[in-house]
Amino acid sequence: MEILAEALPALGDAWGLILQPIVLGYLVLGVVMGLCIGVFPGLGGIAGLSLLLPFMFGMDPILGLALMVGMVAVVPTSDTFASVLMGIPGSSASQATVLDGFPMAKKGMAARALSAAFASSLFGGLVGASFLTIFILVARPVVLEFRTPELLMITIFGLSMVGILAGRVAIKGIVAAGLGMLIGTIGEGASSGDLRMSSYDFPYLTDGLKLVIVGLGIFAIPEIISLLRQDRAISKTTQLGGGWLDGVKDWFANIWLSVRCSIIGVVVGVIPGLGGSVVDWIAYGHSVQSTKDKSNFGSGEVRGVIGPESSNNAKEGGGLVPTLLFGIPGSGSMAIFVGAIALLGSGQIEVGPAMLQNNLDITYSIVWLLALANVVGTLICIAASGGIAKLTTIRFALLAPFLFMIISFAAFQSGQNLMDLVALFAIGLLGILMRRFDWSRPAFLIGFVLSDPAETYANQAVQIAQSRFRSGMSEGLEYIFTPIVIVLLIITVLSVVVGLRQAKNILAEGDVQSGSKRAPFIFMLAVTAYIAYAYYDAASIPSYSRDRTFPMFVAGVCLVGCAVLIIRMMLRPETDTIFADREREGDDASATHSLWSTLAWFAGLLILTSLWGFIIALALFLFAFMRLRAGVSTAFAALYTVAGIGFMMGMAWLLNRDFPPGLLQEYVDLPWPLT
Amino acid sequence: MSILKTTRRVAAGLVAAAAATFAVQANAGGHGIDLSGKTVEWIIPFSETGGSAKWANFYAPLLSEALPGQPTVVVKFMPGAGSTKGANFFQEQSYDDSEGTLIFGSSGSTQFPFLLGDPRVKYDYADWNVVLASGTGGVAYLTPEMAAKMDGLNAAPLQSESFIYGNQGATRLDLVPTLAWEMLGLNVESVMGIKGRGDGRLMFERGEANIDYQTSSSFLSGVTPLVEAGTAVPMMTWGSLDDDGNIVRDPTFPDMPTFKEVCEATDGCETSGEKWDAWKAFFIAGFPAQKMVFLPNGASNDAIVTYTKAFEEVQARADFAEISAKRLGKYPQMTGEAAQTALESATNVSPEAKAFVVNWLQEKYGVSLNN
Repeated sequence: MEILAEALPALGDAWGLILQPIVLGYLVLGVVMGLCIGVFPGLGGIAGLSLLLPFMFGMDPILGLALMVGMVAVVPTSDTFASVLMGIPGSSASQATVLDGFPMAKKGMAARALSAAFASSLFGGLVGASFLTIFILVARPVVLEFRTPELLMITIFGLSMVGILAGRVAIKGIVAAGLGMLIGTIGEGASSGDLRMSSYDFPYLTDGLKLVIVGLGIFAIPEIISLLRQDRAISKTTQLGGGWLDGVKDWFANIWLSVRCSIIGVVVGVIPGLGGSVVDWIAYGHSVQSTKDKSNFGSGEVRGVIGPESSNNAKEGGGLVPTLLFGIPGSGSMAIFVGAIALLGSGQIEVGPAMLQNNLDITYSIVWLLALANVVGTLICIAASGGIAKLTTIRFALLAPFLFMIISFAAFQSGQNLMDLVALFAIGLLGILMRRFDWSRPAFLIGFVLSDPAETYANQAVQIAQSRFRSGMSEGLEYIFTPIVIVLLIITVLSVVVGLRQAKNILAEGDVQSGSKRAPFIFMLAVTAYIAYAYYDAASIPSYSRDRTFPMFVAGVCLVGCAVLIIRMMLRPETDTIFADREREGDDASATHSLWSTLAWFAGLLILTSLWGFIIALALFLFAFMRLRAGVSTAFAALYTVAGIGFMMGMAWLLNRDFPPGLLQEYVDLPWPLT
Repeated sequence: MSILKTTRRVAAGLVAAAAATFAVQANAGGHGIDLSGKTVEWIIPFSETGGSAKWANFYAPLLSEALPGQPTVVVKFMPGAGSTKGANFFQEQSYDDSEGTLIFGSSGSTQFPFLLGDPRVKYDYADWNVVLASGTGGVAYLTPEMAAKMDGLNAAPLQSESFIYGNQGATRLDLVPTLAWEMLGLNVESVMGIKGRGDGRLMFERGEANIDYQTSSSFLSGVTPLVEAGTAVPMMTWGSLDDDGNIVRDPTFPDMPTFKEVCEATDGCETSGEKWDAWKAFFIAGFPAQKMVFLPNGASNDAIVTYTKAFEEVQARADFAEISAKRLGKYPQMTGEAAQTALESATNVSPEAKAFVVNWLQEKYGVSLNN
């Protein structure tokens, strides 16, 4: 009661602040900017907020907040476009949306998938805000209950979603996840800075691979290449079925799923240090487990869109708790947000433990601005989805170069290094092969995303627990086996058991025929070789360093899995599911163009970039591709090239970004954008 | 009025017409460089999330107003390899290419690998031209149970306790607190893999760590409320340097004892000898001149003067004391001669101090820097 007496007036004040025309105007401005930026994969809230930062100094706090919150809130909404229409995970918030959203687009139901996603986003955002309004008052002690063992357990729970997404051969899925984790450990270890699979002579890898690159490489490139080979539009049917109203109806029919996933989103979002990376997978897993007929997952089940999308906007609200109450940003964009708040109003607002006492009205304003921004953003998105969905009927050869351009630019932004593009290409090749041989790419990505928290929390929990055990057995046990850990442990075990039993029915990436033995077997051996080398590499780190333990453990488990798979491959006939190969039958096998010639176009862009820098390379690439591969007229190709280059330069200029330089730039100083 | 003004500012920014639209005409020309219509890139070799980002974001708009011609000042983040990537990049830039439109912000985490001879360091502070040096301090704090065991300033009763500390990395700024605690004879176990000091504080709040340190500004915003709530007790500051190079009480926390005072009161802790000298050398490298702004190699004297004047002008603002106290703490913001002196003391440690720390890191953490 006492809490309410304090909260209600603050809530009233907050609404008083928000409901001023000028504040709403700023909010809408922020939303529109956020939508424009969020549509492009890999840019997201960080780029947008950095753009706003210079204007925050001395600005009226509530106006600045409206602008920034408007922008942050809609990024997870608008990146749905890329996920659903192109199969490109726009940010970590929409990885799981790709799994069912993109197949729906291929079936010609893009508008339906989009509007279902947006309705879920909207609802998730509102549920999240309502929940937070109460929860934020009691959140501090709750959040502090999540110590390292609990964080580790949540990470493991997230990893257990691999069980559901493992595909028809469960061990293959587990090895895929392990491979993702091993790729995630590349670079300097967090504990004593020992290098894994990298060296200071080749500095690029010492920082590890970025999620943008791995996400784009593993999901987007294989899909783009595959569509390009078939030389058709994304949608198989020219008549787009399922208007936006159907999507909203779909959402309403699954409203309880949406409620549950929103709560999952907000609760997981509240926990500092994990947030974004696991939430959509947990929501996806929950959607699968709570659906009776699981046969459509992976081939366009609308519940697979509703679940993750409900959770990812709610998560943004949840992420405010660690950000505002502890001053510990839950994500990169939240970190800039904190920095910007400090700039507002000459620093009257200080995020951190004192936020609730001193600025409860501001806190509530932020929570509800976020919800309101969701509403505005979603309405705009739904209104636009029908039109934008028509993109899926355009011949893909016309879209592909543009997409290559965008993802190359996005990948380059992560490290501002030409090696970013090489890494994108390498991971893309891995993604293509994993897709071809039916290795679970979602499992790989979950492994990659959770590799770092899993390793860090495991090392820390072990170290702290050891110290506790030294002071007494009961103290140590008390530290590890808290009620939260036990509950999470039970849920995890159940979800693994149930998941593995059901995994055979969930073809996250469609059915794949089996054929000859040779190609799948060679890929299997290559994966095994990498894992074995990763094991050897980790084992060569001195034994007192904690940085060797995790990769050795993961690689060890994977090697056992690989051995089982290899034995099975030797024993079974070539029709066994283990020899799945997309090149045998289906869309890929009957495609107009071969895999390698299509990939060569992308490689060409890369090589040209390394020679002459991105912009010159892009101009040549766009023109040549249009003229030769897409077979359009010279005039059209030239126009396309000019438009593409102009667009790219506009983006880079607005965001103050550079382009990858090549060899030419080493010798000659060229003016921007050719630098 | 302020609303109108900000509206115009945002609008101007969106079309990138820049702040020049309603810039106040300032005293440009004369001896300095004119930057009107230019964009100054301020490279920060860290991510958008750290303390250096806050510092640069604080100064950027002020600098923009104070520089002749009111250029747009944008902060460009170039994280990687614990700031050595950005610093190596800056080393390769020559002044002639940028003509005053490129500056670099370094931090203690850039200084330490340089001092310790990290194999990745390809930069040399001697090539750069300092135009601003910002100091800070640090505060160590304890749980109330542990603090109660201290005997006044004497930390000897804590020597039988076991401590856990969330550590960002053996060779980072964290080596100043960990070495200090070791000198006091405390048994502190470092839990590695903390992403920032904020995570360390969270670990403390969760009851997993029972000793922690924060830089001054983070202490003010993050720990002061805990102290008021009785869940944390300040133990000591690292202190501050007076003009003669002596460690004195931190002006931001005049009521807290310095490490030097605690050390003097604690049996077994010496404020002389190689260990102390090494600690002091790394403290000086890490805190009193923690963050610095540089122009690249070969900068003209005009440019150095222009930037120095601009930073002086920023600090001469009537509201500077007020707006900076909260964001940066009450620490010297040095320009000109003072900045040069600060740079020299921050980037020169005696070979003995370096050898001691390198050896200590090897023995304590198994970190090998001699390659």
